[in-house]
Amino acid sequence: MDAMAAAGGNGVPIVRIEKVNKVFRSDNREIVALRDITLEISRGEFVCILGPSGCGKSTLLNAIAGFTLPSSGTLIANDREVTAPGPDRAMVFQEYALFPWMTVAENIAFGLEIKNLSKMETRSRVDALLEKFQLTDFRDRFPKDLSGGMRQRVAIARSLALDSPMLLMDEPFGALDALTRSSLQDELLRIWVEFKKTIVFVTHSIQESIVLADRVVVMTYRPGTIKKIVPVNILHPRDISSPWFISLQQELTEMVMEEQERSQKAESDMK
Amino acid sequence: MHDRRKHSAATLLKHLVHSTIIPVSLLVVWEVVSRYHVFSPQALPAPSQVFLKWLEYARPHEPYEAARTSYIAWLFSGELPHDLWATFFRVFIGFLIGAGLALPLGLFMGNFERIYQLFNPLIQVLRPIPPIAYVPLSILWFGLGNPPAFFLISLGAFFPVLMNTISGVRNVDAIYIRAALNLGASRMTLFSRVIMPSAMPHILTGLRVGIGVAFICVIVAEMIAVNNGLGYRILEAREFFWSDKIIAGMITIGLLGLAIDTVMSRINNYLLRWHRGMESS
Repeated sequence: MDAMAAAGGNGVPIVRIEKVNKVFRSDNREIVALRDITLEISRGEFVCILGPSGCGKSTLLNAIAGFTLPSSGTLIANDREVTAPGPDRAMVFQEYALFPWMTVAENIAFGLEIKNLSKMETRSRVDALLEKFQLTDFRDRFPKDLSGGMRQRVAIARSLALDSPMLLMDEPFGALDALTRSSLQDELLRIWVEFKKTIVFVTHSIQESIVLADRVVVMTYRPGTIKKIVPVNILHPRDISSPWFISLQQELTEMVMEEQERSQKAESDMK
Repeated sequence: MHDRRKHSAATLLKHLVHSTIIPVSLLVVWEVVSRYHVFSPQALPAPSQVFLKWLEYARPHEPYEAARTSYIAWLFSGELPHDLWATFFRVFIGFLIGAGLALPLGLFMGNFERIYQLFNPLIQVLRPIPPIAYVPLSILWFGLGNPPAFFLISLGAFFPVLMNTISGVRNVDAIYIRAALNLGASRMTLFSRVIMPSAMPHILTGLRVGIGVAFICVIVAEMIAVNNGLGYRILEAREFFWSDKIIAGMITIGLLGLAIDTVMSRINNYLLRWHRGMESS
């Protein structure tokens, strides 16, 4: 069996979302960002959350991360109710969010320093990650000197340093060019297999979700609900030109387009 | 390679000519105008005369005696080195007091909304008062000598440092705070490793503006409250109609200001070497 195939969920839930609602209030208007979301993610699973912008997919990820708490419902991650952000749910942001005043090595070491690891231990962990991401020559550079793809590799390395069982990724490759994007997707899949992480990955790219995910969670435009959960039971690496890929892509495109049209209609109604 | 070097030498020369042509021609015109007594030499002395006066102002008055002082001490025993030191010392101490009070207050006000709301109204009322307007009060409170000078100078440095520090802390990009919290940072770590460095560009701007205002204040303070320093010296020279010494003093003030600003700018570039728009080396 292919090494890649060994990955995938083992059925033990690491995230349990039950009847979660999230309502934002502003200027006497109520926006229901999430409605009645129920979803279980098992340990080692790669889940993509797919939908047009405004469908609440980032809100859902932020809720798991603990940046926004649900208005109602229960959200349990790593056997604990989520009440605040924490290093057991490492996040990778679209804007990289590297600290520009720290060098590449300092950025990766930051989470370890907070954990009060010894200098030796920190150094050896950082060195190993730099090596793995081919960043050793850039260890003393500042983020401004790096390309977008390299910055995102540093950001992934920084969250891996924490040894968190899961990675939450908010459109991490959205700002990258197509080639860099596809090479980072490959790299991410390798990391997923090697480190046995659970990955929750928000994207609006249909192709990306099929390339990466064990399951694709398609969301509806306001209110954000789960439209459908589509399993992708195909071994990695997945060939984007194969017939199954193209037909799945068509199926998902139809679903997302429906929501896209609803969002455009809603926006023109507001005017 | 050789060609390019030649080319760059030529552009260097061109650049040199470009940057000096206006000041040099101005000096020539000034010299000629003064030599032909277009204006009274008391109103406008020739630049050569100013330069000679400047040398006289700078050089030691006593002949060198190895038995009495070291050579270095003798070299700096003239009037100008003393004035220069006195002015620098005042602006340095005053700036240290002003910035030393403004920086922690600004950090607290930027970080804690409650403290901001407590202090902000008072600051908004006091801030528009120019430091110079505090001259009468400073003499009433502190008499003459260095204390009122320190008061004025620190006041001048205080508000620019305070306002910039507050806005630096309040404008920290939320994404950095989220990233730090996600990595498990405590409040203390968040403040020292994320908020402080993120606010650094603003804080340094405040320090640079602050020392500029402090430098204005030191000259004013020396004109009214003390009897040495560059500000005092040019006012004293006016009583003797020594316009050449006034101009020599002014040029010295300008050079000191330039030196201070250059040092600040170097520190700035070093501390912000991570910042976008800064050249990497």
